[in-house]
Amino acid sequence: MDDIKDAVLEYVVDEYVDEDDDIEVGYETPLISSGLVDSFSMVSLKVFLEKRYSISLPDNEATPEAFDNVNSIASLVRRHLGQG
Amino acid sequence: MAYSDTVRKIFGQEIEEIKSRGLYKEKRFICSPQDATIRVEYPEGAETTEVLNFCANNYLGLSSHPEVIKAAREGLESRGYGMSSVRFICGTQDIHRELQTKLTDFLGTEDTLLFPSCMDANAGVFEAVLGKEDVMIADRLIHASLVDGIRLCSAEYDTFKHMDTKHLEKKLQQHSDKRARMVVTDGVFSMDGDLAPLDEMVALCEKYDSMILVDDSHASGFIGKTGRGTHEHFGVMGRIDIITTTLGKALGGASGGCVSGRRELVELCRQKARPYLFSNSLSPVIVAASIRVIDLISKTTERRDKLEWNTKYFRERITAAGLNVRPGETPIVPVMLYNAKLANDMARDMYAEGIYVIGFFFPVVPAGAARIRVQLSAAHEKEHIDKCVEAFRKVGNKYGILGLDKNGIIEKYGM
Repeated sequence: MDDIKDAVLEYVVDEYVDEDDDIEVGYETPLISSGLVDSFSMVSLKVFLEKRYSISLPDNEATPEAFDNVNSIASLVRRHLGQG
Repeated sequence: MAYSDTVRKIFGQEIEEIKSRGLYKEKRFICSPQDATIRVEYPEGAETTEVLNFCANNYLGLSSHPEVIKAAREGLESRGYGMSSVRFICGTQDIHRELQTKLTDFLGTEDTLLFPSCMDANAGVFEAVLGKEDVMIADRLIHASLVDGIRLCSAEYDTFKHMDTKHLEKKLQQHSDKRARMVVTDGVFSMDGDLAPLDEMVALCEKYDSMILVDDSHASGFIGKTGRGTHEHFGVMGRIDIITTTLGKALGGASGGCVSGRRELVELCRQKARPYLFSNSLSPVIVAASIRVIDLISKTTERRDKLEWNTKYFRERITAAGLNVRPGETPIVPVMLYNAKLANDMARDMYAEGIYVIGFFFPVVPAGAARIRVQLSAAHEKEHIDKCVEAFRKVGNKYGILGLDKNGIIEKYGM
């Protein structure tokens, strides 16, 4: 199960954190509400999840709240994989 | 009564919430023509005060230029006030065609279509051109109007890190399976004043068979040696597939925008773009004045050269005064303060010193990146700039931030 969390965390750091950013991102770090990821850029994460896990995340589930930290994103993915 | 007290209360609470979050936009009334010096009624009901304007998009100082006003009058006399029609029914005059041709020549493109605003151009262009089989790949800090346009389009979209061409290349590779790709960027970004590296971006687009769209609203008229825009600055004129830009900033400052670019793409906008099809034609008054603006700036680069001098002078002086300024070369100069309250307080004190500037903070800029955005104009004289710098020095001294770097300001005020 932690594989999903680690894969999401790795993607988030690679995709949204710049080398010179003084930010450490963990499983519970707020992403959207902190402004680290804005609602427009969030789509890249959604596209990544859908491709990597062959799932389809409807807009009413791919919300800023559901995408606000790695743990909640992993839960959403697990639900769609029938693991939640 | 359909608008009941309960409903009124709901909306009233929402307004109170905006106020409590410090995001309420106050009313300010300008009681003079737009210029370097303006008379302002602020707060509402107060006596008017004369202040120096350092927050307008009046980059070339043409908003109230006598020649532009004269051309507007002539347009009013010869072609009337309004068209009372959308363009494709009975709203296109010969002068609309003339302005489109002049813009095409000025921007170095194949064709141009006028829109009521650049916001409308950006809202309509993607949906008119792209479909489900395509992808838009956008810089993360593009203007809100491009974001809205992208969201209205059925094509997939993805984003890349701000001005990061390595990241863009990765995304272009990832989307190689799409029918068409379109990279989307601002030419000059409105909050930081930084320039998208169009030379590298165009090279990547050509390598990966992608189109590129540039919103050059904060560049048209003054960026590049003859003011054609960001594509001239980077030597890629003729290689941008779509330029969207505005007549509401440097090019006279009234309103109106356009999509300019490849013939087929502009034609598709003419046929399909909803803001073009369903909103009124640009007023003959604005069209006539805009034609004169293009003539004026095509004849001489005097105004953009003065703006360039003003920009260099202000950047040197404000840095020497000890303010923390984001480096750059455009007339958009962010004075970085990081803390939202500090940005607001300093802007208020600057106003008391006779300098009209505004503080910007999250969500308009990223959290912890609050700033006062200064915008230079060719209408500014050296003494105006000296007065602005002196006010910043005085107010900066009051808050004890002179000579402090980012960490120093954050240590003192937080983010």
